[in-house]
Amino acid sequence: MNKEKLIQLTIDGKECQVPEGTTLLEAARSLDIKIPVICLHEATTAEGLCRQCVVEVEGWGRLAPSCITPAEEGQVVLTESERVTRTRRTILEMLNASVDISQSPALQAQMERYDADPERFPGAKKRTAEILDDNPFYIRDYSQCILCWRCVQACADDMQYTYALGIGGRGHDSHITTFFDVPLPETTCVFCGNCVGVCPTNALQGKTEFLLEQGLQHNEIRARRRQERQNERRSS
Amino acid sequence: MMSDAVKTVRSTCPYCGVGCQVDMQIHENHITRVDAPFDVAPNFGRLCTKGRYGVDFVSHPSRLTYPMIRKELGVQPRKPVGLSGFRRATWDEALDLAAEKFVEIVQANGGDAVGTFCSAKATNEDNYLFQKFVRGVLGTNNIDHCSRLCHAASVAGLQITLGSSAMSNSIAEMKDLEVLLVTGSNTSETHPVISTFLREAVVKNGARLIVIDPRQIEMSQFAEYYLQLKPGTDVVLFQALAHVIVKEGLVNQEFLDSRVEGLEEYIPTLDPFTPEYAEEICGVPAEMIRQAARLYGKANAAAIYWGMGISQSSHGTDNAISLANLALLTGHIGRPGTGLNPLRGQNNVQGCSDSGGLPNVYPGYQPVNEPEVRGKFEEFWGVSLDPEPGLTTMEMVDAAEQGSIKGYYVMGENPMMSEPDLLHARHVMENLEFVLYQDIFMNETGEYADIILPAVSFAEKDGTFTNSDRRVQLIRPAIHSPGESRPDWEIIQDLALRVEEKLGRDKSVGFSFAAPSEIWDEMAQLTPPFQGINHQRIEKEDGVHWPCPTPEHPGTPYLFSETFPRGKGKLTSLVYRPSVELPDKEFPLILSTGRVLYHWHGGTMTRRSKLDDIYPEALVEIHPADANNIGVDSGEWVKVRSRRGEIESKVLVTRRSPQGTVFMPFHFVEAAANILTLDARDPQAKIPDYKVCAVVVEKR
Repeated sequence: MNKEKLIQLTIDGKECQVPEGTTLLEAARSLDIKIPVICLHEATTAEGLCRQCVVEVEGWGRLAPSCITPAEEGQVVLTESERVTRTRRTILEMLNASVDISQSPALQAQMERYDADPERFPGAKKRTAEILDDNPFYIRDYSQCILCWRCVQACADDMQYTYALGIGGRGHDSHITTFFDVPLPETTCVFCGNCVGVCPTNALQGKTEFLLEQGLQHNEIRARRRQERQNERRSS
Repeated sequence: MMSDAVKTVRSTCPYCGVGCQVDMQIHENHITRVDAPFDVAPNFGRLCTKGRYGVDFVSHPSRLTYPMIRKELGVQPRKPVGLSGFRRATWDEALDLAAEKFVEIVQANGGDAVGTFCSAKATNEDNYLFQKFVRGVLGTNNIDHCSRLCHAASVAGLQITLGSSAMSNSIAEMKDLEVLLVTGSNTSETHPVISTFLREAVVKNGARLIVIDPRQIEMSQFAEYYLQLKPGTDVVLFQALAHVIVKEGLVNQEFLDSRVEGLEEYIPTLDPFTPEYAEEICGVPAEMIRQAARLYGKANAAAIYWGMGISQSSHGTDNAISLANLALLTGHIGRPGTGLNPLRGQNNVQGCSDSGGLPNVYPGYQPVNEPEVRGKFEEFWGVSLDPEPGLTTMEMVDAAEQGSIKGYYVMGENPMMSEPDLLHARHVMENLEFVLYQDIFMNETGEYADIILPAVSFAEKDGTFTNSDRRVQLIRPAIHSPGESRPDWEIIQDLALRVEEKLGRDKSVGFSFAAPSEIWDEMAQLTPPFQGINHQRIEKEDGVHWPCPTPEHPGTPYLFSETFPRGKGKLTSLVYRPSVELPDKEFPLILSTGRVLYHWHGGTMTRRSKLDDIYPEALVEIHPADANNIGVDSGEWVKVRSRRGEIESKVLVTRRSPQGTVFMPFHFVEAAANILTLDARDPQAKIPDYKVCAVVVEKR
């Protein structure tokens, strides 16, 4: 990436100059224009998955995902045009129709901001999944998973280089999983929780928080762990 | 649902020397979640399992919450007792009694009759005050801490060759390395976050990795060259690398001319260390030694990282010297991406040494036996100080055995789990006149105490920790401390004033600090490399790397760019000394002790956290062929016996262990690996050999 050459463009009517290779999202941020994102995280590689960050570039037929679109000389960009906001609203409505995003304050705030209708697609098939509780540290509730890939990226080449998580299935059946669907303790997982740290919903949730939400007290959580361990020892 | 009363507190992880910054979520005085800030060094959002899930020990019900005094006080020999062997006392009673006992010993036998252990888990401020009390009030330099048992040999080796002992690179530059050599460090388990940056260098940025380790550790999967040497043959292998570098003309002549001495004497001593000789001794193919040497020697920049596998050896100093020799020959030191990096173990082991927790130096490594230095401290504290260096950890054990040390003051350490040849070390403790123990939990050392003083955890006080790359960072109070427990610095201050009073001192050496920041300021005033650092500046900049002599100085991310502390780097000749105890007919296997990802040191913390749920018991790792010979499989019980003792443990059959070597973690009191290890010490660093002793493994 050549950061020497500067590019001139206009975003929401404001002129800006950025080094070549800068994305439209970064360019907008340099002007203090906040473009909403869902899948993007500062610690993981931008993949342009969710399309929530789309912007309108004058003269382009399609909307551009700003997180992966490099700025070009002379571009005129709109980040909150009617077409853009309508698209974002639809993305949120489709997401809400297929996944439980009720425990993600950030997504709820976007629903409100874009006036998204939670009942827009009443007949949609919502993702269901059993809560996976296979280790002492965190649970996995993939009914809340929006497939942002951050956990997979964090586990692989963006943070941890451990490669315990991957993506299984295709199309609507795509889901985050381990190789051969085995429980986490049987994978290369080292329970760093870096995946939990980047999860935008509660699809990955620390067990302590999970149990507190179930109504347990702190001392009960500790006692329960001890009990579970003793049971495990007995059964082995 | 959780109540709304959740707050977030930024602090520093209490486990290893990486010094990860953490954001702890607090609910009802419990830590419910730990995250890492993504925009702050050194970890930039990354954590390992210990930092993220292992800090719940602070709320464990077995925390010490009030001072206690041994019921059978004065009965000799003392026996180890649990908490039921103690009675509750007030702070006044416990501190007065402790002061009285110290005064008795000091007045009858002199200050050198007290041995003290400060703590690599406590803050810089706690440790500064501790050594001030020990030196300025008790009047002895008998102060040491667990770094003696971990990196003492690295310190000694680097002192000889460079004149300094800290890690020369910053963690921030790891991901941009070109060539890196990792040896004697199971990085992904002992410094997990550092291992992610090293792997990033390899996977993402095309760095080339050499791993040298007897165990087939995870990092070896990322290596271009994995040299699986026989335990204890390190010097031969590193000298053979040097041999190739010299013979093939891969030395950096310009660097040698300007910054290195001892070349003429050193070069001929390499002659015997041919790759073929090394193959015979180390079991590594000569050709692979040549290739690894070429990779390291030809690199523009190459850095070396090591851990306990290098230092915890009866020839640990030689190991460290042999690594320094490689860096000096090739000029791979003093530039970004080059350097010699002992990865520090405890969260504040760097800081504890920096703050004067060593028998031979005041804060900032200023020698106690240099009159000018001593004069500065004497003048500032207003007291005359002992000009002789004190005793090291294990020399204190010897002195206690001989009777010249009568009393121990142990703060936040567990020597009764970490010393080698534990049965002997425990026996020595039985005959002490007085033991003062200060910690957050009862542990194997506390069982020998006369008085127990309850301290507070990292999550309940403020102060600073200094991580492995010399970055001074803050810890902040996040929860209320349990019961009557108090911060270490407050306890020391209170005790010191009482001892001074009972000694009849007319003038205090100064224990009227109102906050840790004031303690830091006094230390910085006496310690030139800290003078540009204070708590307010760290607060503003998240952390500052020392040396940092002035407020305008930015701090020092890598060392030795112009010169070495001793002037020129010194190439140092070495001979191969085989390990002290080698396998024989009766004890046919080598035992190597170490650590596992999910546990920490003597287990005092991790075994009281969720981490114990995933790794609840000791496992002895055995190669399939050895397991077959013994007739055991994974999960079965064995007896492991050495000339010193015997323990029982379950087996894990794994190819991580080379044939002929078994591995055991030392975290588990019910299978304490250090019952087996031997008290054979490196002659210079006095560090014991935890990596090679002979054992026999039998089916139970």
